[in-house]
Amino acid sequence: MFGIKSGWGLKHSVVLMRILIGWHFLFEGIIKLYNPEWTSFGYLASAQGPLKSIFVSMANPSIIGAIDVLNMSALIVVGLTLILGIYEKLGAFIGMGLLAMYYFAHPPFPGLPEINVEGNYWFVNKNLIELAALLVIFQLPTGQLFGLKRLFNKNNANN
Amino acid sequence: MKWTRRDVLKGLGGLPIVGGIWWAGAASSLLESKEREAQAEILKQLNIQPSLPSTVPPVEGEPIRVGIIGFGIRGEQLCRSLGFATKKWLENMKEAVDKNPDHSALSDFQNQEKLNVKLVAVCDIFDFNANRVIESFSTESNKVDRYTTYQEMIKSGNVDAVIIATPDHWHAPMAIEALNNGVSAYVEKPMTHTVEETYQLREAARNSSAKLMVGHQHRQTMSFKTAQDIVKKGTLGHVSMIQTNTNRNDDNGAWNYHIHEDASEQTIDWEQFLGNAPKIPFNKNHFFRWRKWWAYGSGLSGDLLTHDYDRLNCVLEMGIPESVMTSGGIYTHIDGRNVPDVLQVNMEYPNFSTGASQKAGKEKGMTFIYSATLGNTFSRPTILMGHDASMELGNRLTVWPDRRSTKYGELIKAGKMDSNIPIYEYDPASNMPDGVSSATSKYFADKGLMWTYVNGKRVDSTFLHLREWLSVVRNGGKLSCGIDEGFDEAISAHMAGISYKTGRRIEWDTEKEIIKPIEGINFDEVLIG
Repeated sequence: MFGIKSGWGLKHSVVLMRILIGWHFLFEGIIKLYNPEWTSFGYLASAQGPLKSIFVSMANPSIIGAIDVLNMSALIVVGLTLILGIYEKLGAFIGMGLLAMYYFAHPPFPGLPEINVEGNYWFVNKNLIELAALLVIFQLPTGQLFGLKRLFNKNNANN
Repeated sequence: MKWTRRDVLKGLGGLPIVGGIWWAGAASSLLESKEREAQAEILKQLNIQPSLPSTVPPVEGEPIRVGIIGFGIRGEQLCRSLGFATKKWLENMKEAVDKNPDHSALSDFQNQEKLNVKLVAVCDIFDFNANRVIESFSTESNKVDRYTTYQEMIKSGNVDAVIIATPDHWHAPMAIEALNNGVSAYVEKPMTHTVEETYQLREAARNSSAKLMVGHQHRQTMSFKTAQDIVKKGTLGHVSMIQTNTNRNDDNGAWNYHIHEDASEQTIDWEQFLGNAPKIPFNKNHFFRWRKWWAYGSGLSGDLLTHDYDRLNCVLEMGIPESVMTSGGIYTHIDGRNVPDVLQVNMEYPNFSTGASQKAGKEKGMTFIYSATLGNTFSRPTILMGHDASMELGNRLTVWPDRRSTKYGELIKAGKMDSNIPIYEYDPASNMPDGVSSATSKYFADKGLMWTYVNGKRVDSTFLHLREWLSVVRNGGKLSCGIDEGFDEAISAHMAGISYKTGRRIEWDTEKEIIKPIEGINFDEVLIG
């Protein structure tokens, strides 16, 4: 049997996962930030599944601008907190919220058309897996190990 | 503060990662925006703007009094576009909405702009159809009158305009009667059934103050108007070939329409149906499925080639071909019909030009190929093939540069253009990228989220076509598909039909404006015989 060696290996693995997920979110956010033509309109307007009407109503022209800014900001916030290792619980929480929305906007449920996805999914897709990974990060903060929190905490401790 | 070197490294380690990602995201976006700018530069150079349908002055004052001649499948659709839906249809659509809230036919109909018209008269030789009109559209203030013959309706003095949605062999006689009596007419395609009628109708239209519109509603579609701009700007270069197609594979598509249970010699005026067709005993099959016989219909060349021909004549204004050769046969639907169910038409335009980017002498000549089958639905798009670019023409419009183009050669070499990437795409809902999971604008196109919009509203092109006709009837002006366009359409279709029937090349004499005679052949006899 392998034991988890004082949690060291586990924690460093979580740091790695945290940075990779943060990387994914931050890059998506930055791409949108620098592309003036980007909008989530089409993604929302073509939503499927039980919550379809909610997503379609979000595509309403009167609010789509605000929705776009919120989505982009949330992506960047999640990316920064996870990579920098500060407020990572908040970041993980927001990230789970975003992923839950992406998941339910185009859910991989049997009977619904799967459009423009590169694999084959049945209830579980990459959004859901990433969400579960964020749950781990939420439960196991590692900013103390690698991240700004390490500095702030030390700072506080010394005051 | 007792930060160790290790603390600083581990505490700030995320910062360079953030910097790197930020830089990469910004750089790739800027690179894309440079591509977008390059694209914009090319587009600016090409200066292609989607064209909105032309606005027409509204019909002011008294409503125009319209009579419908022929309330079959198409007649009912035309009335709906005019603003009159039968009770039965409204009930069916309500049911459809109950089953599927996204079903939009009813709301589209309800949101349609109201035209200043009164439907006052119907002439249909099948009692069931005439009664449907009266039951659905008569109101206390406006009673719909039924006329036994179209002559009575036209001469009644009660109609300003008639819509003709009858079998083909009745189009011209009715339109001529209307025009001769100062009544405007909207006639379905093909405009005429024979060559001779085509000249007679042109004469009647030229001598009448009433307005004749031919029912090619495609002319109102935004993508076709935009395509006109694209061709006029020389974007495609010398177009040497056009291919356009019909692919159908079902009973309805093969004109095997429903035979109504009320049909009998008592409910149908059979003599009037036959008109100038050979006298045969009452035959329900012929009455409801008339498109399958040359005596009443025109087969693929008159029924479906005319659509594609006029779509392209609207874009290119290429007119009547100098010669036509047709072949085909009845291979799938061997059910007693005498019109072909597979047809290939080659129309030659040796002197037609869409401009050129090459040296002089390489700018003329085009073949128009129409290929049709009623035994397969594989979607073959309409493509205009030019030396500099190819254009796919449909509700969406796409232009690809040609890899060997003279005009775009430098841009392709410089990597600013690629033959696999469209230089122009028109679709009304293309500004749609993605969330975290990727979705492209093409996906939305394929999902059918794209309709023809006017000011953000989904609009029926037949409605626009009728609206234009009514506006011109009241206010004057030019029709987008009047007698000249109809003449081109009818003659070209008849040449294709005659060639199929005779197995000969049929030629057009541009100066004399006649089909070049062939000794021993009466064109109209072979066409409808």
